[in-house]
Amino acid sequence: MKIIVPVKRTPDTAAEKVIGDDRTVDRDAGESVLCPVNEFSIEEAVRLKESQDAEVTVLLVGPESAQSTVRKALSYGLDGGLQVTDDAIAGSDALGTARVIAKALESREWDLVIFGNQSTDARTCLVPAAVAELLGVPSLTYARHLEVEGDTVTVHREHEEGWDVVEAQLPAIVSVVEAINEPRYPSFKGIMAAKSKPLDVVSLADLGVSADEVGAGNAAATMYEFEPRPPKEAGTVVEDDGSGAAAAQLADWMVDKKFA
Amino acid sequence: MHRLSEPELALIEMVREVAAERIAPAADRYEREHTFPRELFDLLAGLDLTGLPFAGEVGGSGVSQRTYLMVVEEVTRAFAALGMGLSVHTLATWGIDTYATPAQRERFVPDLVAGSMLGAYSLSETGSGSDAAALTTRAVRDGDGYRLTGTKAWVTHGGVADRYLVMARTSDDGARGISAFVIDADQPGMTVAPPESKIAMWASPTAQIVFDDAPVDADRLLGGEEGRGFGTAMASLEGGRLGIAACAVGLAQAALDEAVRYARQREQFGRPIADFQGVGFLLADMAARTEAARALYRSAAEQRDQGLDIGRVAAMAKVVATDAAMQTTTDAVQVFGGVGLTTDVPVERYLREAKILQIVEGTNQIQRLVISRSLTAS
Repeated sequence: MKIIVPVKRTPDTAAEKVIGDDRTVDRDAGESVLCPVNEFSIEEAVRLKESQDAEVTVLLVGPESAQSTVRKALSYGLDGGLQVTDDAIAGSDALGTARVIAKALESREWDLVIFGNQSTDARTCLVPAAVAELLGVPSLTYARHLEVEGDTVTVHREHEEGWDVVEAQLPAIVSVVEAINEPRYPSFKGIMAAKSKPLDVVSLADLGVSADEVGAGNAAATMYEFEPRPPKEAGTVVEDDGSGAAAAQLADWMVDKKFA
Repeated sequence: MHRLSEPELALIEMVREVAAERIAPAADRYEREHTFPRELFDLLAGLDLTGLPFAGEVGGSGVSQRTYLMVVEEVTRAFAALGMGLSVHTLATWGIDTYATPAQRERFVPDLVAGSMLGAYSLSETGSGSDAAALTTRAVRDGDGYRLTGTKAWVTHGGVADRYLVMARTSDDGARGISAFVIDADQPGMTVAPPESKIAMWASPTAQIVFDDAPVDADRLLGGEEGRGFGTAMASLEGGRLGIAACAVGLAQAALDEAVRYARQREQFGRPIADFQGVGFLLADMAARTEAARALYRSAAEQRDQGLDIGRVAAMAKVVATDAAMQTTTDAVQVFGGVGLTTDVPVERYLREAKILQIVEGTNQIQRLVISRSLTAS
């Protein structure tokens, strides 16, 4: 089985974000990391590698400097990397990014693509489904459990009330949520080996993507305004003094907040 | 100054992440429960951290002593008993790896390097601590093998280790009568006494090991030759002293981190206590002392990486770093004031742990003896 894991380089979630004049995240302003959600999609791929001898390629769309992110992903024990780097991609919206990823996937053989359900910077959750639509393959999103047997993939798709069991024939595209597993850390030998794993860097022209399908100028979505999220308000503390008053307070609070 | 390669930088980054997320939060529980953190040692093993400085042919990663010691420092900064455990494991593994016959090396070393086995080192006895060559545990020839009888003392990992490097007497010829044996935990005739009740490092058991006419195969005589045990023990300790020095720097750094954090947050007389010079200068001295100790152990490690004789400088690093840790952890408790005396904060534990480091792997008085003798030897 051949698996491709698309990953993204995102600003460190712990750091303060800077929005540049073009209303996109200024990626040079702070440290960038492998998107934390990708640790879960990589872990799922590594488990399939261990249990089913899958061959796993990591795919990244991003600037040349993101190569360290590809190497970081490879250090978890993946087999090789494919990086799409082209100045024309800068500023692409989710759809533009999906177009590039779809073409990159078309350039390779694969049975399963495992995305993170969202990236920690934009959090649109659009790209996995958009890629599946462009390629005309099944899209199984928000997986909190994933199984592959023969050429069938089964996931538990998470939603507000629980999960659905969804099944599809390979090839298919899956996106996973953080509940799916507990990611491991890369081992030192994995870190050492990542240095010499094959990594192909290709341009839009190599993939047959026209520059007028991507980039800020061709984005379907436009950002007009932004503002920082308001700071979290302190929660309500109900203290139990043994008199039973706390239960009533708790009940009132739940009614007030429309939980009951 | 030696520059770290990219994978070595990634290694330290990975260790810091694991230490902060998985090791430090668990330390207090293992300490209170007096339980060896085998799960955390297994975690280190899975990340290839239990055999870093050993050669690829025995499963190691072949990193420099300097890099390996930086990992020990980071682990100790999160959890001293685990960091010291990694150092002791490596010391035992190094002794076996360095002095084994090729067949023994293939048989005994890979499991230690992989961390599927935990190593221990056993030289001291109740009557022979600093005067290690006076040990009395005997290994008597018996047919093709040996019979071991005697009691070893203060064995780190005693009872939880899987493989011990044990020094025993094969003749009455003083230091030249000592031989080294590779003994596994399932050794018939070997029992482990209940762990000592001690000042600190409760998660790292220290125990006596008792041999009662224990039959040991001849192929467990390290190097296949009698009389080489004392040299093996002393050479292993040289590296072990750098390990303890790195532990001490990690511990001092942990104490400094806590003290700085607290001094910025704790307010008295309407401002953070860090604003008072009496506290600020204390922090400054703690930081300077820790950094000096770090520079010295890393310099010693570089000399070892270059193949130089490190007897004197390893003793210097051990004494400077562990004395620095003792002073720095004491100062950290002082910065915390009354709270520092309680078990609500970790600094009282750091102080107790530092005292252990001044004594193990050769007391600091023995280190000074090594240094002074090397200065005045003709």
